[in-house]
Amino acid sequence: MTDSGIEQALPLLELRDLSCERDERLLFSGLDLRLLSGDVVQIGGPNGAGKTTLLRALAGISTDYLGQILYAGQELPAAVWEFAGDSLYLGHLPGIKKALTPAENLEWYKAQSGAAVSIDAALNAVGLYGYEDTPCYQLSAGQLRRVALARLHLSRARVWILDEPFTAIDKLGVSQLEALIAKQSANGGVVILTSHQDLTLPQLRIVNLHDYRPNVRTNQTKNGFESLTDGDAYHG
Amino acid sequence: MVDKVPSANLWGGFAASFRRDLLVAARHKAELTNPLVFFLIAVTLIPLGVSPEKSVLALLAPGIVWVMALLATLLSLDGLFRSDYDDGSLEQMLISPQSLYFTVMAKVLVHWLVSGLPVTLLAPLLGLMLSLPVNGYFPLLVSLALGTASMSLIGAVGAALTVSLRKGGLLLSLIVMPLYIPVLIFGASAVQTAVQGGEIGMQLAVLGAFLALAIVLAPIATVGALRISTNG
Repeated sequence: MTDSGIEQALPLLELRDLSCERDERLLFSGLDLRLLSGDVVQIGGPNGAGKTTLLRALAGISTDYLGQILYAGQELPAAVWEFAGDSLYLGHLPGIKKALTPAENLEWYKAQSGAAVSIDAALNAVGLYGYEDTPCYQLSAGQLRRVALARLHLSRARVWILDEPFTAIDKLGVSQLEALIAKQSANGGVVILTSHQDLTLPQLRIVNLHDYRPNVRTNQTKNGFESLTDGDAYHG
Repeated sequence: MVDKVPSANLWGGFAASFRRDLLVAARHKAELTNPLVFFLIAVTLIPLGVSPEKSVLALLAPGIVWVMALLATLLSLDGLFRSDYDDGSLEQMLISPQSLYFTVMAKVLVHWLVSGLPVTLLAPLLGLMLSLPVNGYFPLLVSLALGTASMSLIGAVGAALTVSLRKGGLLLSLIVMPLYIPVLIFGASAVQTAVQGGEIGMQLAVLGAFLALAIVLAPIATVGALRISTNG
């Protein structure tokens, strides 16, 4: 848990001049971000700004980006194995098999990550004690989300990439998750998340993708022609 | 927190994926029996539609059983990665610290255990219904065991390519069918030759070679196809 001097100087995750496009439309460009251990970053922006696209690129699911993503100083496609062992991605889709029970689902994730925490303890921590043998199709949306969140307890990854982790979670769950994120940050990890909620974490940094919209930039150089025809209609 | 190397071993990842898929398959019994029921019904209809004459059926039996086994496999392919794609497990597989090659292997192995193997075991019974001559049964079993395994592996490539398409069924058949044809030719030929009293070593050797090649190459192609399919 103690960071050596070298690691502190080197950002755990670094984005250099990153741009993503989707369906031949540039979502954002020129995104630079340095994440040192302990950082918590909330990616903001209106719907369709490219938050999920960015997180999928960061997680390594999509390689459809321009620019560089560096993990501990190494560029990502090359360091993908090291990064895969040290990152955890929770997407919109929970990645939970409905036919299986929460315990059976987590068994698979545990084998993938090689964590030492017991599954019962992880389910306990997300308030699903007593549900470990209930098939997931009988659980509510919030409970299903909690099964996915139990992976955070089973993981030893330093980089957490969470896409809308607070969806469908009750108030108590939200504060528990915030505490968990704070703990991860205190342990020297990095958390990147998207959420439309206002979080109360003191170390939180907010990056608004809206500021990296290509149209905003052309706006400054040209005279606002393109933003009228293009951007606002999409993002409004 | 300091060690960054994925510590879970290869075998553990393979076994976990294998166990999970087998469990999922066991909980979806209807999907499990679909290809089998199709196989059973299609073969039973042949005597009614073609001719109940023993000599005619015996002549057609090797080909019919093989074609129907092929179609039954094809029918079961679409679901191979579909549910993983829909519930987000596929994304997690792609970025997991485990080699995707072995995860795909585990999935294909389960697919064969729940579709190819039952079809193979049911085949002699259907051979009996089609009055397949006695010396055709053993070659039928062996050739189908080898052939359905190759077909599961090859089919996984097509299933991976079409997983992100909502209506990929027809495309999947078009992609996979040409690759199934050699397997069908040698498989049916093995049974036919055995019925006529010939040596079938060559056909079985070719089927074995197909399988060996498919085991090595098909998962690599499947992994590539899965990355393309989710990269959007």
